[in-house]
Amino acid sequence: MINMIIDGKNVTAPKDTMLLEAIRGAGISVPTLCAHESVSRSGACRLCVVEIKKGNRTRIVTSCLYGVEEGLIVNTKSDRVKNVRRLVMELLLARCPESDLLQKMAKEMGIEAQPRFTPDTDKGTCILCRSCVRVCEEVVGVSAIGLFARGSRKTVGTPFMEQSDACIGCGACVYVCPTNHIVMTSTGEKRKIWGRNFKMQACSKCGKFFAPVDQLKFISKKTGTSMEDLAVCTECR
Amino acid sequence: MTKITTAQALRQVQEDLKKNFDPTKKLVTICAGTGCRGYGCIKVKEELEAEMKKQNMDVEVRATGCFGFCEKGPLVIIHPEKIFYQQVKIKDVPDIVSKTVANGEVLEKLLYRDPETKETVLKEEDVPFYKKQLRLVFGQNGMIDPTRIEDYLIIGGYTALAKTLSEMSPEGVISEVKKAGLRGRGGGGFAAGIKWEGSRRAHGSPKYVIANGDEGDPGAYMDRSLMEGNPHSIIEGMIIGAYAIGASEGYIYVRNEYPLAVLHLTMAISAAKEAGLLGKNILGTDFSFDIHINKGGGAFVCGESSALFASIEGRAGEPRAKYVHAVEKGLWDKPTVLNNVETWANVPLIISRGADWYNTIGTEGSKGTKIFSLVGKINNTGLIEVPMGMTLREIIHDMGGGIPNGRKFKAVQTGGPSGGCIPENLLDLPVDFDKLYEVGSMMGSGGMIVMDDKSCMVDVARYFLNFLQEESCGKCVPCREGVRRMREILDDICAGKGREGDVDLLEHISTGVADGSLCALGGSAPNPVLSTIKYFRDEYEAHIKDHRCPAGVCKALITYSIDAEKCTGCMLCSRVCSVGAIHGEKKRAHVIDDDTCTRCGACIESCKFDAILVK
Repeated sequence: MINMIIDGKNVTAPKDTMLLEAIRGAGISVPTLCAHESVSRSGACRLCVVEIKKGNRTRIVTSCLYGVEEGLIVNTKSDRVKNVRRLVMELLLARCPESDLLQKMAKEMGIEAQPRFTPDTDKGTCILCRSCVRVCEEVVGVSAIGLFARGSRKTVGTPFMEQSDACIGCGACVYVCPTNHIVMTSTGEKRKIWGRNFKMQACSKCGKFFAPVDQLKFISKKTGTSMEDLAVCTECR
Repeated sequence: MTKITTAQALRQVQEDLKKNFDPTKKLVTICAGTGCRGYGCIKVKEELEAEMKKQNMDVEVRATGCFGFCEKGPLVIIHPEKIFYQQVKIKDVPDIVSKTVANGEVLEKLLYRDPETKETVLKEEDVPFYKKQLRLVFGQNGMIDPTRIEDYLIIGGYTALAKTLSEMSPEGVISEVKKAGLRGRGGGGFAAGIKWEGSRRAHGSPKYVIANGDEGDPGAYMDRSLMEGNPHSIIEGMIIGAYAIGASEGYIYVRNEYPLAVLHLTMAISAAKEAGLLGKNILGTDFSFDIHINKGGGAFVCGESSALFASIEGRAGEPRAKYVHAVEKGLWDKPTVLNNVETWANVPLIISRGADWYNTIGTEGSKGTKIFSLVGKINNTGLIEVPMGMTLREIIHDMGGGIPNGRKFKAVQTGGPSGGCIPENLLDLPVDFDKLYEVGSMMGSGGMIVMDDKSCMVDVARYFLNFLQEESCGKCVPCREGVRRMREILDDICAGKGREGDVDLLEHISTGVADGSLCALGGSAPNPVLSTIKYFRDEYEAHIKDHRCPAGVCKALITYSIDAEKCTGCMLCSRVCSVGAIHGEKKRAHVIDDDTCTRCGACIESCKFDAILVK
């Protein structure tokens, strides 16, 4: 076990865990937007920053990516930490003024929108946390969506924003999106996501539409299970 | 070239080459860096060769790397007298050949003329631009043809490598580099020897060495000139570094916008391999090392180490958190040493001449020399190499020749877009890594952009923030959104829409962006804003409170008018005005229609009587 001092408290945490888990384990809350349990971490949102002290040197690190270290002194509420978190929230509120999640988090953190920033109208509620991109690559394994352009023009989407052949319509991206930015509409036999319509498979037993045919084909190819076996919904299996 | 298999054989090859190289022989060198190529130096070279043939003269015309004095290109030196000709044109060629080369007769009109004393200067080393320089790394550029490995061998090239492999242990190399106090020339100024040591000790195989040639600062081109002009010095440094840390593979990351650098590096690598200086069993030893060239797509952020690794690995050039250092987990998560091109080029010098000698140059915390690119409102645009600790005043006034058109110096931006603006009262600052940092700027890769009193510092900050906003990778929120919001506020201030409290807000955003960003691009992005607020706060106030741009740059805050006393009615301004905003009769004072005027400045440039007023 690793011993640390977090906000003045002695805290122990297992080796090879990240600071974020150690801090939360100690009952201290840390806001996050881009850390999702299903995917690897990227450190993009910067909300989880904390101030660490080693010897005489202090610095700001993202707790989601910084591994626990023996003797580390961690401050999760220093002025520098609060300043970064406030700025990040102000910037995200200006980017996605419509996001309910951001509104709620800001209220909890006692942060208001910065009136000097003109709110964006073209970003929807996408905060570019990239959870969708990572789940598509790391969990689903198709990399149908990605990030393109750079700087403030950075966007998530399918290549050239065209209908993607690689997309299997599984909706994992929708599931991990913290701000409900990705829209998926399902109407019985059809599902629409990322601008493409998917044909849904009806369960061979109960007749309920339960998954896109392309997703089942993908699973069949990967696992060797026949399409016939896969055409039974999870409830009837 | 036949394979050289021992250190002894290398010495023999160098000796043999030197025998054919008579320093008293006539030789014409012409700068063929990208700058001089832009001036048309290749045509001048061809013309020189044709003229030699015509006049039956057997004199070599050698296209070399960049001489540095880009302001005055094309540059030609006639050896052995070392007569320095500048701004040479094709029509000058017959005289150069028949008079100077054949008879040693000096053509006065092609010599450098001191703008103040009006006296001509005969030799390169006496030209004020070169006089105070110490061109240890960059100087050989002007002597060698970068496409010939033989030229590099004649000037003692690869001697340091031979010494390393035959006399030194890897630890010995590292301790020498540490003792020399070599600090990274790419920006951070981290001690190279410590980096190497960390990587040598790190577990993991293979290990990599990389040269960072992703030079992207506006106005900076010293790395390009080194890669173009003396590629073997970088390669030799990398091989020595690879031996020291135990690396078997190396990369040179160079922008694709540097085609000449790519070409010369490619030629140099293949020549070094052919000569047995690179590849398997270098100089007949057990040590093998190979170098690949990786052409970058031109993203500024790819100069950042982890983004550079991502780019080489074939992923988008985005930085990642560096809580585990690259010396342990770098390229493909293997121990990696990444140094700047110029850092590598310093290594052979340190090995062949020793750390004690290297320590005699520079300041206490910054040893050796540094190449700077001097651009902007400066008389002598070009590349200079000076010992660390030279003052900004010496660099800008003595070498740079001061500010053009008799204008006043206002500030110098060092360290590229993430550096800071240094004002006139700090001109006596000795330039080294620590001193620049103390005044809110940084060394960066060595760009120096000089500004005169016609430069608006708010506009300068806006320019750099705009650059950084474009070049931010967009991964983390503080950099992607914060830099954009800062630029929007600066846009407003320049457009006369600045609000009370904007300066404080800019400072507030700056601290959050600097603390919260993932990599050094965001971490240092607020520097241009913070340093201009620190030294030129009154200019911000003038924009916001008085709706006035003191330097007369921000179009929304200035009006053009004509001084009726000075105007002679020559009509020149009314002719150059593209929107027809200037009216008046011949020989009568003209007037500018403020509503039509776009403040493009064409009238100011055309007026010979200084009659256009900007307020």
